Amino acid sequence: MMPQTQQAATGAEPYITPDGRKIGGVLMDLRNITLRFGGVTAIKDISFDIREGEIRAIIGPNGAGKSSMMNVMSGFYVPQEGEVWFRGERRPQMRPYKVARLGLARTFQNIALFDGMSVLDNIMTGRLTMVKSSLLEQALWWGRAEAEENRHREQVEKIIDFLEIQNIRKTPVGRLPYGLKKRVELARALAAEPKLLMLDEPMAGMNVEEKEDMSRFILDVNDEFGTTIALIEHDMGVVMDLSDRVVVMDYGRKIGDGTPDEVRNNQEVIDAYLGVAHD
Amino acid sequence: MLYREAGDFKTSYRDDSQTFPLKLDRLGYYAALAVAFLVVPFVITDYWANSVLVPFLIYAIAALGLNILTGYAGQVSLGSGGFMAVGAYAAYKLATAFPEISILIHVLLAGGITAMVGVLFGLPSLRIKGFYLAVATLAAQFFLVWLFNKVPWFYNHSASGQITVPERSFLGWIITGPQTSASAKYLVCLCFAVLLAWVARNLTRGTMGRTWMAIRDMDIAAEIIGVNPLTAKMTAFAVSSFFIGVAGALLFTVYLGAAEASETFGINKSFLVLFMVIIGGLGSIFGSFAGAAFLVLLPVFLKNVLVGSLGWPTDLAAHLELMIVGALIVFFLIVEPHGLAQLWRVTKEKLRLWPFPH
Repeated sequence: MMPQTQQAATGAEPYITPDGRKIGGVLMDLRNITLRFGGVTAIKDISFDIREGEIRAIIGPNGAGKSSMMNVMSGFYVPQEGEVWFRGERRPQMRPYKVARLGLARTFQNIALFDGMSVLDNIMTGRLTMVKSSLLEQALWWGRAEAEENRHREQVEKIIDFLEIQNIRKTPVGRLPYGLKKRVELARALAAEPKLLMLDEPMAGMNVEEKEDMSRFILDVNDEFGTTIALIEHDMGVVMDLSDRVVVMDYGRKIGDGTPDEVRNNQEVIDAYLGVAHD
Repeated sequence: MLYREAGDFKTSYRDDSQTFPLKLDRLGYYAALAVAFLVVPFVITDYWANSVLVPFLIYAIAALGLNILTGYAGQVSLGSGGFMAVGAYAAYKLATAFPEISILIHVLLAGGITAMVGVLFGLPSLRIKGFYLAVATLAAQFFLVWLFNKVPWFYNHSASGQITVPERSFLGWIITGPQTSASAKYLVCLCFAVLLAWVARNLTRGTMGRTWMAIRDMDIAAEIIGVNPLTAKMTAFAVSSFFIGVAGALLFTVYLGAAEASETFGINKSFLVLFMVIIGGLGSIFGSFAGAAFLVLLPVFLKNVLVGSLGWPTDLAAHLELMIVGALIVFFLIVEPHGLAQLWRVTKEKLRLWPFPH
C-alpha cells in the first residue's frame, strides 16, 4: 500500500507547555472511528489526535467505550469505519504483533503479565521485537545471541532502576502484589521503547500512595524519555493533574475534547458524570 | 550452611544469566558430567545399559522435546509416539539409502525430518488450544503409525514389516546392531543427551524461551507486545519434534535395533513421555531428566524388589508393578503437582537455610 502523506492537522504547530515540555506534531490521528459488535455500537464516529510528547487522557463513565478505543489504537479491534493514522501514514489493517513493531506499547486494565516468568523475563519480553539473532545462534548461544542478550539486559536494567523494582527482579510475577504488578507491566511496555505508550487504567485499585508513585512514574517517563502517553483513568484528580488534553467519551460518542480546564467546565461532560434530570 | 549463595557475587550480566548461577551447583554439575563420561563407561554392564541408562537417556531426550512444547510453549501434544516413529523410520531409510554416511548424521537428519513433520501437524495449534489440540495431535499419532505400517516403502518391503538397523560404526567402534557394546550404546546416547540438553537450555533461557513462555502464559498479551504467534508456535513444534525425532532414531538404531511402528511407537509411548514431563515438572530441563529417570527406574526397581527380594512370581509382579507405578504417579501429582523439579527447588531452598531456618 502506498503511504499517503498527511495534511497538517489544524493547530498542530509545536509549542512549549507551561512546565517546559515540548509538544510536537500529530503522532496518532484517529479519524471517524466507528466500531460495532453485532448490533451494539461501541464507538460512534469518534475523531481525535494525539500529539508527540503529550499526555492525552481518555475519560468517561463505565461502558463509554474507552478500552474499546484503546483496542482500536493497538490494532486488536478493527473498526468498521474510520482510519488510524500513525506518524503521518495511514495504518493499514494489520495483526496486533505488527502494530507493536511500529512503536506502540500498552498496559492492560486487567494485568496481562506472564505469570510463570520472573519480573526480569517479563520485562525482557518487551524487547522481543528487537532481537535479531537466529534460532540456530540462540540454540548454540553463539554469535549475536549472547551479546544481544546482554545488551537488552542492560537496557532492561535501566528501566528496572527507573521504576525502582530492583529488589524483585528475580521474583516470579505471580507472587507479586497488585500494585507492583502494575509497575512491572509498565516496565514491560517501556522496555519496547515505544513511540506511543498506552496505559489502560494504570491506577485502578490502588491506594493513594501507590497512585502517587504511579503518577510520578508516568510524568517521569514523559519527561525523561519524551514518550507520548495515552491514558485511560477514572480518578479525575489524577487525570486533571497529569494530562495535557482530555477526550471525554460517553455511550460511544465523544462529548468533550480539550485541556483539563476546558473539559471541566463543559456542560455536557458535567451532565454525563453527574447525571441530568429528565423532566 | 554448606549450600549457599552468600558471597557468590556477579559482576556482569553474562555471569548472572548462566545456567548454574551458584558455584556449588556448577561444581556438582561438572562432577556429574565427569562421572558420566569418565567413570560409568568403564564399569557399565549390559544389564545396566539396556534396562537403565540407555533408555533413561533416550527418554530424557524425548521428554526434553515434549517439555519444550508443552512445558515452555504450553501446547499439549499426544503425538510424541508418532513423532518418535518418524525419527526411527527416517533414520532407517537414510541409513539404508546412504550407507556411506555416518549413522550419527542420519540420526540428526532424522530429527530434522521429524521437525518438518511436527510443524505440519502443529498447524492446527494456531486455531485450537488445550484439550482440543491434544485430540488433534492424537490424530498425528494414529495417522503416522498407520502410515508406517501400511506403506511398504517405509520398511523397505521387508517380509516381517519390521525395520532392522544395519551394523554401523563410528571411529572404529560399532555403535549400532547386535554387536554393539554396552559402553558404546551408553556413550552415544549420553553425547546426544548432553548436547541436546545444552541446546534446550540455551533456547529456553534466552529470547526463544521467553517467546514460548509468553505464548503459554497469555497468548493475547504476547501478540500485543509483538510476538508473532505463528512463528512462536511453529518453532516450538519444530524444536520439540527435532528432539523427539532424535530420541526415536536413537531408540531404534542404538537401543532396540529393530522396531515395528504400532508396537514400538504406539499411543503408550506418547503417554509415557507425557507422564515423564508431568511428573518431572513442566517447564524445566532438570524435570525432563528427573521424570525420565523416575519412570524408567521405578519399574526396574520394583521388579528387583518384588521378584528378586520377595520372590514373587514374575507375572504377578508384572501386574502389581503397573498398579504401583500408577498409584505412585497419582500420589506424586497430589503431593507436588509441579513435579520433581519443584521438589528439587524446594529442597534447595530449604538447604540454603539449613540448619538455621529462621
